Amino acid sequence: MVIEIKKPTRRQFLIAGGAAAGGGLLLGIGFAASGPSRREQAEAAAAGEGERFVTAWLKIAPDNRVTVYVPHSDMGQGTITALAMMAAEELDADWSLVTAEQAPAERAFANEALGNRFLANEDVPPMLKGLTAAAWHQVAKFMNMQITGGSMAVRYTGQHGMRVTGAAAKEMLVKAAAARWGVSASACSASMSVVTGPNGESATYGELAAEAANYSPSARPALKSKAEWKIIGTARPRFDIPGKVDGSAVYGVDAQAPGMLYAAVRLAPVFGSKIMPYDASDILARRGVKKVVEFPAGIAVIADNYWRAKEAALALDVEFDAGDKANITSDTIFAAHDAALDAGQSETDKEVGNAASAFAAPGAEIVSAEYRVPYLAHACMEPMNCTVWIRDGKADVWVGCQDALGARARIADVTGIPFDNVTLHPLLLGGGFGRRIPIRAGFFDFPSEIDWAAMIAKEVDAPVKLIYTREDDIQHDAYRPAVTARIRAVVDADGFPVAYENRYIHKDEPGEAPHIPYAVPHQSIRYIDIENPVPRGPWRSVAHTQHTFFSESFIDELAHRGGHDPLEFRLAMLADKPRHAAVLKLAAEKAGWGRPLPQGHVHGIAVQQSFGSIVAEVAEVSIEGGSPRVHRVVAAVDCGEVIHPDTAAQQVESGIVYGLTAALYGEIGIEGGGVAQTNFTDYEMVKLAECPRIDVHFVDSGEALGGLGEPSTPVISAAVANAVYAATGTRVRQLPFKLHDLKPVSDKFAQAAD
Amino acid sequence: MSISFTVNGKRHELDVEPEMPLLWALRDEIGLTGTKFGCGVAACGACTVHVDGVAMRSCVTPVEMVDGAEITTIEGLAAAQGAGEGELSALQAAWVARQVPQCGYCQSGMLMAVSALLAENPQPTDEDIDAAITNICRCGTYPRIRAAIRDVTSA
Repeated sequence: MVIEIKKPTRRQFLIAGGAAAGGGLLLGIGFAASGPSRREQAEAAAAGEGERFVTAWLKIAPDNRVTVYVPHSDMGQGTITALAMMAAEELDADWSLVTAEQAPAERAFANEALGNRFLANEDVPPMLKGLTAAAWHQVAKFMNMQITGGSMAVRYTGQHGMRVTGAAAKEMLVKAAAARWGVSASACSASMSVVTGPNGESATYGELAAEAANYSPSARPALKSKAEWKIIGTARPRFDIPGKVDGSAVYGVDAQAPGMLYAAVRLAPVFGSKIMPYDASDILARRGVKKVVEFPAGIAVIADNYWRAKEAALALDVEFDAGDKANITSDTIFAAHDAALDAGQSETDKEVGNAASAFAAPGAEIVSAEYRVPYLAHACMEPMNCTVWIRDGKADVWVGCQDALGARARIADVTGIPFDNVTLHPLLLGGGFGRRIPIRAGFFDFPSEIDWAAMIAKEVDAPVKLIYTREDDIQHDAYRPAVTARIRAVVDADGFPVAYENRYIHKDEPGEAPHIPYAVPHQSIRYIDIENPVPRGPWRSVAHTQHTFFSESFIDELAHRGGHDPLEFRLAMLADKPRHAAVLKLAAEKAGWGRPLPQGHVHGIAVQQSFGSIVAEVAEVSIEGGSPRVHRVVAAVDCGEVIHPDTAAQQVESGIVYGLTAALYGEIGIEGGGVAQTNFTDYEMVKLAECPRIDVHFVDSGEALGGLGEPSTPVISAAVANAVYAATGTRVRQLPFKLHDLKPVSDKFAQAAD
Repeated sequence: MSISFTVNGKRHELDVEPEMPLLWALRDEIGLTGTKFGCGVAACGACTVHVDGVAMRSCVTPVEMVDGAEITTIEGLAAAQGAGEGELSALQAAWVARQVPQCGYCQSGMLMAVSALLAENPQPTDEDIDAAITNICRCGTYPRIRAAIRDVTSA
């Protein structure tokens, strides 16, 4: 289903002066709309006395302080700081006077830059594409979007929203100063939050804000050239760090409300199970237990302390009937993949040239391999939670999530309370990685803990904080899908592919994830969608996680088979992809590719473009106790421009560790229709002792901004697998590595000599 | 049953079940939420606090075990390390200087675990650090954690 969205006839800047008492300036950047302007809405939602919104995202106080409201969640990726830098740069603000915070969950702060991209049908990030196909279309229809995902905050909201906002506001401030002094605006200049006139006049932005409100902002304010940047490209300390070292940062799980109670849940191990009759009288007699509430996925126990609720929920004697789903296992799921691939019916993903005839040619040299990866959980450090207080036809919600407006709309939908009567208080997220997108539209229309929290709170006469245990979190996620791919190539006499074929299970977003950058004249990439019995959702870098492992491992297979250096082999096929070639060369050079390594250490290399950025990684690996030990990872990244060098590097480091954990250990197995793993004890994580040294290098290509939250994640599994092959001669085609008992080549030679 | 202990220098007397984990007594009874719930089985370290100066995972520490103890949580770490009012300890300052936290959820536990290690072993080797700091961080801040530790341990 595609939802028809009525396009605004024109993009318009709205200005309304004098709406609030006191001096100040408020500029609304938004679509023409009836009712209060976005600026007025923003002001009502977040302006203190005397403070004015310069745009829906920018507020200037009389004392010259600037507050930037960022319509994204900061899960630690530095978005709030980076976007504030982009606004402050164009505003020519004194950075010491700038603060930033997450925008309230109000429509005035909706993520319009993203919406414009959506309406223009440009390179739309996967989270958003899903919206068009989902029943959850109200969100898109009303532009209720504050989604954080798809590595898009800086490249969309920052580039198309924050910079324009800052520049427009500066122009208005300069015009106001010129009028005040009776001089021409072109004779005035703005710098460090002060406008200066030709005769020595000067006024702060705070002093000018009210007068500036009388001017209409130009629709296309002049943006600075890169050479003029003073703030962008520098590593400003993140606003969120101080509260994260002294315990004062408030996450969703820390929400407080008067008279708050706690909910723990006993979830049916298999979604869609029937709850069998149960007797809760023993539970209700326990100390502190107030109530038991049944909801579609299980039973909630409400108590005055979370531990009491949790213990009672665990003790509840209840059984669930999973019906036919009890027969589903990882084996049956992968057998269904194999059966579908054997049947051969597939849908077109990408066809180039005539692959079929290349494979059918007499004497064609064909190489084939089957790859497989399992389901993965997100395992955010902060277990899922949501606090809801329903009273007098209103709801208050405290949650940390990747789309505050979407969560607000979802709560309204689930409770039947009008959107305007739902107040959402966004709190920090202890990790997101795709798990905290409240509507997994387009991925899987599946209820989340936010829905359950709302349903439970409706039955309780007090605020209720629902917290998942870690076991609930691991066993009731929306999982990165398990995928099987069968890849073949026809190789020429030199070992280079002339035809490439991929048949894989489950088409996912982004659509280009299974495509290869290499110049192969005949390509046939096709998929088979079969019923997937396990809830699925976006997981950091989404479809790239599976497909980068598949295609970059397979290309490596071809390189070794043809006796080629894996780096040179790739470069030879990237003549028309200079950005790919550049990151490969840079990573190789910085890692010392081809130069001697410590005894037993080997290199593996891989590259992938995702979310607008291209990342090459070289992993230095040895084999210890049958497993790969990753000593060092060198990453080279082309994300166009680097806005904040330090948070950019942090995100690349973070993505590598996240992807490495999945490659080494990540496996969600299905038994009896439910998830077999329970906690960090059996869903293991890379810890400090195993964390490699990571070196990150950026290529300053000047190309369009690319994302950074995700693109380093998918590359590492292939880089390590390729190193493992170099070390062992064993091609790992199924993750995680913990399934394999690996032997270094040197051991094999020793055995052969015995 | 009444259990009493001090938290960050302040005495608390609680009438709770003796088996209630210290984590939930701190969070839900005393209202100190800087100590985080991560796994409930002592596997991740997000709930690490100091009990009489020793790092303990409070999610599996029954309150009866800490009767009469002196407990320090992340909210009291700076003061316990001699920092003035409103100031950070040297370790916390190193965390800021290295911009260590990302989502930040594990960092209370990280700081408590590292500060306990350094109290016992002011000049740890890398192997000492590896062995002692087994807390989980899903954002992958480990390289910066190691660098920040080195900032306060190397001259």
